[in-house]
Amino acid sequence: MTWKDEAAIRQLSRRAAIFGGAALGLPLIGARATFAQSSVVDITKARTDPIPIAVPNFAGGSDEAQRLGQNIAGVIQTNLRNSGLFRPVDRAAYIQTAEAAAQTPRFQDWRVIGAQALTTGRAEVSGDRLRVEFRLWDVLPETQIQGTAFTAPAGNWRRIAHLISDVIYERLLGEKGYFDTRVVYVAETGPRDRRTRRLAIMDQDGENQRYLTDGSFAALTPRFHPNAQQIAFMSYARNEPRVYLFNLDSGRQEVLGTFQGMTLSPRFSPDGRSVVLSSTRGNDANIYVVDLGSRRERQLTSGGGLDVSPCYSPDGSQIVFNSDRGGDQQLYVMDAGGGGVRRISFGRGRYATPVWSPRGDLIAFTRISGGQFAIGVMRPDGSGERILSEGWGMEGPTFAPNGRVMMYFRETPARDARGSGFSSRLSSIDIAGFNERQIVTPTDASDPAWSPLLA
Amino acid sequence: MLNTKVMTAFAALALLAACGSSTADNAATGAGAASNTSAGPRPGSQEDLVANVGDRVYFDTDESSVRADQRPVLERQAAWLARYPQVTVQVEGHADERGTREYNLALGQRRANSARDVLVANGAAGARISTISYGKDRPAALGSTDDAWAQNRRAVTVVR
Repeated sequence: MTWKDEAAIRQLSRRAAIFGGAALGLPLIGARATFAQSSVVDITKARTDPIPIAVPNFAGGSDEAQRLGQNIAGVIQTNLRNSGLFRPVDRAAYIQTAEAAAQTPRFQDWRVIGAQALTTGRAEVSGDRLRVEFRLWDVLPETQIQGTAFTAPAGNWRRIAHLISDVIYERLLGEKGYFDTRVVYVAETGPRDRRTRRLAIMDQDGENQRYLTDGSFAALTPRFHPNAQQIAFMSYARNEPRVYLFNLDSGRQEVLGTFQGMTLSPRFSPDGRSVVLSSTRGNDANIYVVDLGSRRERQLTSGGGLDVSPCYSPDGSQIVFNSDRGGDQQLYVMDAGGGGVRRISFGRGRYATPVWSPRGDLIAFTRISGGQFAIGVMRPDGSGERILSEGWGMEGPTFAPNGRVMMYFRETPARDARGSGFSSRLSSIDIAGFNERQIVTPTDASDPAWSPLLA
Repeated sequence: MLNTKVMTAFAALALLAACGSSTADNAATGAGAASNTSAGPRPGSQEDLVANVGDRVYFDTDESSVRADQRPVLERQAAWLARYPQVTVQVEGHADERGTREYNLALGQRRANSARDVLVANGAAGARISTISYGKDRPAALGSTDDAWAQNRRAVTVVR
């Protein structure tokens, strides 16, 4: 599928600048620059043309440093492979040793095994401190693209690996990465009619799993504050379903607002100063915004149906939401102040859970049509609808901070009246509709929300 | 301490769920012998409501208005509430799994409100009836069939 992508075109020209004119050592990047000239980007190209990259183990002066160097290279390689945009070269084919490459890469040894890019690195441990020096090389013109050193407590070696992965991603693809991020989600355990639902948080690759709530009350639909230190979610504490704020540093939870009815589907504004949510009253659910400083509540929609799942545009000027005011669930966009409501979804079926891409160019949604669920994207004016994945049950897309990858949850149907076979798992997919992958979690999972970049 | 409380709560819930499913057919058909033998449920209790009145009404897909065939259940509930003025109840609204979580939470709330409105229209005091929605997150029937979904689109009256 092909369509014009203004943001991608801008990024491609930036990429050309990084590599400098025609001296493009990576033929792939040269090829992509050609797309930029024709003003049409074929993003499905990435499916067939991942960048071949070699990621030998980082060298280390001690056993401990060597172990961490191996771990770090392993995480980088996994990150790049999982993105679908890189193809790590088989390590069994390496000619030059990792130790030697860390001194001086012998480029022809990497060229003959098909690597276009190479990373080398060295880890040093002194006391609790870990210093990692890494270099990114363009194999064909034999030039260094990047050289950077990171220092951190040794226990944070994964964080360093993610930061290096983001540098590689950005230097080779010309857009920011998403590896140094976390995902907050709902961990589900127990039988289906009496599930325990707890907030859980993990790194984007499924590591460093941690529970945030103890399961004494159900927790749903967590969403990150733009500073990644606060979460808004829905809690059934005291048997009163309300939107709460959760502070990740202190663990403190507080109810948001003084609403009489249930509050649900919170999202922070892009400036982090307010939360938009839905509140039920009588037969309606309306959208409100709560200012986090003054705690003043302002109603944005009124009457005529269930208005839920509001989400701001990244510039904060508009809100997309889901309403059945016209008879069935459809997507609507309004000004952030509440005026100018217009419907944007007109395809077959019901549309729900809209989320605005951080790049501003797309709105992702859940579509329910003919008994099937689907995750798709459309432009903010409703045009260019594309379905990325379809299945028995799936919903709740969330964008990685660069807008290139989405995560959502996917359910399998029960096989019998006891509910056997039902599961709920997280998946990710490239917005071009390829590289759909299950994210491994210790328990069933739902309602993922991707954090911004942490650094 | 907290854990013990949670466990107790779960045990109670499990018990309720068991009662609900084992007597749902009775409740739905409205088999309503109001006279209690000494072995019967305590008058004014949840078990009494389930066994002799019917604790739940069902809804059509994506609908929140009470169906004509379900109205008699709520009318009997209103009469039952009049008989036991000390009882307060919570109406729980639910949805089937064929919708998104957030929308279904709002839909479940609308179903709970619809059921409460009928109870109030039949003389029950609104102050005795709270509502809550669980959306699609607490199914009564665990299958993924039309029949299971029909059982899950419901409003259940629970003695508090």
